[in-house]
Amino acid sequence: MSQLLSTHGLKAWYGDFQALFGIDFEIRPQEIVAIIGANGAGKSTFLKAITGVLSADAESVRFKGQPIGGRRPHRVVADGIAMVPEGRRLFPSLSVEENLRMGAYTKRPGPWTLEKIYGLFPVLKEKRKAPGTALSGGQQQMVAIGRALMSNPELLICDEISLGLAPAVIKEIYVALAEIARNGLTAIVVEQDVYTAQRVSQRLYCFQEGRVSLRGNSSDLTHEQISHAYFGV
Amino acid sequence: MNTVVDLSNDFAVGSTQGGKYVVERSTRAGIATMVFFAVSLGFSVSMPFWADASYLRWLSELACYFVMAQMWNLLGGYGGLVSIGQQAYIGIGGYALIVLANMAGINPFFAVLLCGVVAALIAMPISQVVFRLPGGAFAIGTWAVAEILRLLVANTTELGGGSGASLVALKGFDRSAREAITFWISISASYGSVLLVYFLLRSRFGLALTAIRDSEVASQSQGIDVKRTKFLVYAISAFGFGVAGALYFLGALRISPDAAFGVSWSPLIIFMVIIGGVGTIEGPLFGAVLFFVLSKIFEDYGTWYLTALGLLAIVVTIWFPKGVWGYIANRFDLHLFPVQRRLRLRDNS
Amino acid sequence: MTVWIDAIIQGVLVGGLYALFAMGLSLMFGIMRLVNVAHGDVVILMSFIGLMAVEKLGLQPFTAMAVVVPVALCIGYALQRGILNFTISKDPLPSLIVTFGISIVIQNLLLEFFSADTRAINSGGLESQSIAISDNLAAGVLPLIVFGSAVLLTIGLQWLFGNTSMGRAFRATSDDHGAAALMGINNAHIYALATAIAIGILGIAGIFHGMRTTFAPTDGPAQLIYAFEAVIIGGLGSFWGTLAGGVLLGIAQSIGARLDPGWGVLVGHVMFVAVLLFKPNGFFPKTR
Repeated sequence: MSQLLSTHGLKAWYGDFQALFGIDFEIRPQEIVAIIGANGAGKSTFLKAITGVLSADAESVRFKGQPIGGRRPHRVVADGIAMVPEGRRLFPSLSVEENLRMGAYTKRPGPWTLEKIYGLFPVLKEKRKAPGTALSGGQQQMVAIGRALMSNPELLICDEISLGLAPAVIKEIYVALAEIARNGLTAIVVEQDVYTAQRVSQRLYCFQEGRVSLRGNSSDLTHEQISHAYFGV
Repeated sequence: MNTVVDLSNDFAVGSTQGGKYVVERSTRAGIATMVFFAVSLGFSVSMPFWADASYLRWLSELACYFVMAQMWNLLGGYGGLVSIGQQAYIGIGGYALIVLANMAGINPFFAVLLCGVVAALIAMPISQVVFRLPGGAFAIGTWAVAEILRLLVANTTELGGGSGASLVALKGFDRSAREAITFWISISASYGSVLLVYFLLRSRFGLALTAIRDSEVASQSQGIDVKRTKFLVYAISAFGFGVAGALYFLGALRISPDAAFGVSWSPLIIFMVIIGGVGTIEGPLFGAVLFFVLSKIFEDYGTWYLTALGLLAIVVTIWFPKGVWGYIANRFDLHLFPVQRRLRLRDNS
Repeated sequence: MTVWIDAIIQGVLVGGLYALFAMGLSLMFGIMRLVNVAHGDVVILMSFIGLMAVEKLGLQPFTAMAVVVPVALCIGYALQRGILNFTISKDPLPSLIVTFGISIVIQNLLLEFFSADTRAINSGGLESQSIAISDNLAAGVLPLIVFGSAVLLTIGLQWLFGNTSMGRAFRATSDDHGAAALMGINNAHIYALATAIAIGILGIAGIFHGMRTTFAPTDGPAQLIYAFEAVIIGGLGSFWGTLAGGVLLGIAQSIGARLDPGWGVLVGHVMFVAVLLFKPNGFFPKTR
């Protein structure tokens, strides 16, 4: 079993509306895979189906060889998949430190502790008593990433973490992510920014209208291939 | 399933020959309903001339329930304003009748409509208070308001205080004439309430109401005045409850704060609507009849009957959210009151 | 003057009981946006269970609490997981109707088994003891115990919410239950724990209620309204706010009753309406 996570013909619906039409996807341990695609291409739906927010056939999602499709979200976290949700979704009535502690709710054993997170993002230690929402956008994103890491995941999923952030801040966030990856983390990164996606990942999937329109090694893909797969023109 | 339909085209075409689909509003059952409506109206109008007085009293009472159920459904089902305190307006209607007929000397039968107006007027300041409560808290707030009114009336000696008052203004009327007139007004009120809700829902107001129920934020951004719409539906419902309250005590002849503002009205009306089918016009009517029949059969089993009703309301809410009527309508595709536009495949395409 | 000071003291003390009623209501509304219409009826149900524990098992009222509170915790957990979790949605209608249904069921079953007679829990003479404050002022021992319990429970709940993993989970779920699930929180379980605590507190409150005054099966709705008014007056900021709301309501009722015996409850209602009009978020609103 070489894949950490794989999907096989994954389909997903919102009520009667089908949003995913058979996605085949795989990620190997210690790999960073990027998913790109226009708005409505099905990226977020794909993540929802993996993390159990949307229902899916059990066999269509496999994690460490186990079928986990349709497993409820809190179980999926306990299995070792953590999510940095789009829009960060920090808990406004919790302080920075409490937000981070929430990540450790499942008590999964592993290397990540509060001190390690503060080592990675020193600014959070200074602001640990502040409410999570009193921070700048970049700092909030650090809390969201730290919070996900606190569950000691085997797979980290980042949904549009660069959205709404200044370019310098985006760079800083991805430098941190690269550092985390060097310690042997596996990550799926969903990005709208194609260049960032290509730079940070080893492999890349492009989604279009609920299907995979392109896959390959990030460094091999040409600009024409990507824009064709992205826009369908 | 999953066929992608280009609606824009067909909406533009409307019901002309071009499209594969037609947008329709009237149904065959709807036309049948209208016929039934007219026939049953004629039938009921003639009833006082041949039917037994006890049937008239029963049907007058049932007509009051029709009005109340329809009005609660308008408020809670279509308006999304779940109230446990509509007995406030039953009481206001009843006591307005006492004041207008006994004290102001207005003909009690004419006063009934005025009682509805009084209820709607009093609903205006009350809405300023209860609309400040978020979500489900509104329900308890309306209940507290009904309690306040009950205490206020019980402490007002002019209205008979805690022991209540009799409708002495009816003394001069012959009994059978009184019962016949009460019956006719009740029947008109129940038909009126159905027509009122039907035409409200088919109007722009109805569209706004449905939009707000689906998403308050989205409708606001589409230029719907959410506050005004909610206030209007609240006032209309108060009007209906006021009329029904006046009618009920026109038949009962006696009123007391506990009977008028008592919380026991709420389970009755709400369970009628829920069990019948919330968010439809047919449901509350169906529920009221069901209720009325059951209550006459199980009168002697008071507490067990109410326990069973409570359980039934729980079961229906969780497992049959569209109520008994909704279940039947889905099963047989029955729409007696076509208020929504429906998209149908052309028969010959 | 002493009359009014006495009114305030008695009001504060009865406010402690209202706060005990209100805490669970505020807890459930805060975490799940769920308004439990049956809350008052559960108070009365607990009074009856307490009465049974005292009369049938021969326990002292305070020992009875040790029996009734665990029962209440279990009832709360089972109620939420077995029924109420199915009604939680953006639409308040299902949860309101279902809890209203539960309210009617509890009232009528109590009527069936205990009749409409009023009952009281024998507190063994405690209800007549009092502590003299000055020549003309005294505070009853039992009301003091009730008020002290309300203060202790407020401290306990504040601590639970502020300093424990469960408290953080409560607050996180209240903020964003979807994001909380992504942290590994099982919403259904957290909701059930919240309701267990809410009903568990009523185990204490119901017995105190039964010791302080008489009760009958149909008394629930009045208790619900007092609890609700205390929550709204206090605001949803903290449990201290709920305690303050209960105390303010108690004072208003007590002063009203001195003005005219028929107006006590009404003056409490008037205060509730005034708060809604002039301070719609209560005296201790949620600050974010």
